[in-house]
Amino acid sequence: MHEVSIMEEAVRLAVDAVKSSGADRVTSLRLRVGALSGVVPDALRFAFDVVCRGTVAEGASLEIEPVAAVSWCSACRSEFAGEDYFNECPRCHKVSGELQRGREIEIATVEMN
Amino acid sequence: MCQECGCGTGGGDVKIGGHPHDDTAHHHPHGGHDHHDHGHRHSPGTKTLDLNLSLMEKNDRLAERNRGFFRAKKLLVLNIVSSPGSGKTTFIRETAAKLAGDLRVGVIVGDLATDNDAARLRVAGIPVVQITTGTVCHLDADMVARAAEQLDLDKLDVLVIENVGNLVCPADYDLGEDLRVVLLSTTEGEDKPLKYPPMFHSAQVAIITKSDLAVAAGFDREQALANLSRVSHHAEIFELSSKTGKGMQAWLDYLVNLHAHGGVQPVHHH
Repeated sequence: MHEVSIMEEAVRLAVDAVKSSGADRVTSLRLRVGALSGVVPDALRFAFDVVCRGTVAEGASLEIEPVAAVSWCSACRSEFAGEDYFNECPRCHKVSGELQRGREIEIATVEMN
Repeated sequence: MCQECGCGTGGGDVKIGGHPHDDTAHHHPHGGHDHHDHGHRHSPGTKTLDLNLSLMEKNDRLAERNRGFFRAKKLLVLNIVSSPGSGKTTFIRETAAKLAGDLRVGVIVGDLATDNDAARLRVAGIPVVQITTGTVCHLDADMVARAAEQLDLDKLDVLVIENVGNLVCPADYDLGEDLRVVLLSTTEGEDKPLKYPPMFHSAQVAIITKSDLAVAAGFDREQALANLSRVSHHAEIFELSSKTGKGMQAWLDYLVNLHAHGGVQPVHHH
């Protein structure tokens, strides 16, 4: 399961960060997930509990920050909001496949004590 | 979550070449970045650390290492992706058999639970390593690195990686390949590229397979090509039948030419 592998990596990075900061526990973790990343937030939440078990992140809370898809129109030299990989520019109606944001699968912050 | 690959219905660990994968024996130290502490205190004893790291970074780094290693060995590496049942194994077997004499082909096969695909290739005399992924619905760069150790790469010109049959999850995982090749069979419908744009968009080659069944399946070729050119406008497109061999020659010539010119420019999936 794709989301489990991704969550394992997130928890591993969070646990590493806690250890290298000399803190004891992860209390909260924030991820950034793009609308077109192919990753399902609910599946991440489900994986989180399982993956944290037995680590210093057990009991931590999870926050998922959604990132909307944004395309770039090279004709208008501007960004516009889209819902897909290919979106029609609302100004010139040219279809753009240049995605600026929306594919993120990132760990943003770790809160610890 | 991936609905195609039977996630969560299987069980067990990743096995490579029939051996269970012991994670502790292959520990890769994680040293690619520093954890800069830009922390600011919220309440006594609690602090927040900004990491801002891609969760695909570790895989991407291992994939780049694979790519460098494979290039040094002068291997042309293909990552073959498709939905289940679109004919990956037959396509790979026929490609390897017809390249014999020109290029030597070895295969890494990823499968959720069975060894069937690897067995089908092995009886054809092709060097094969099987990765049984258990519940994992994609191959990653680390699995490929460890599987590749079990092949005599110095005796190969082309390494074909048969990914798990799934058009969702493998899209995010760079394996260190030169070419990502997506198969679309005439029996599965023209709209697959529109349903799975990340996978089709990330491929450098799109192959329409089972062209011998196109008429029987009512395959709308024009629509399929239009959908492919919309989502994978940069991709090389081949139409062929692994079974009858029709259209295979153009694909084989493409590979021979690519191998002779040292592969393609590095690809970036992210």
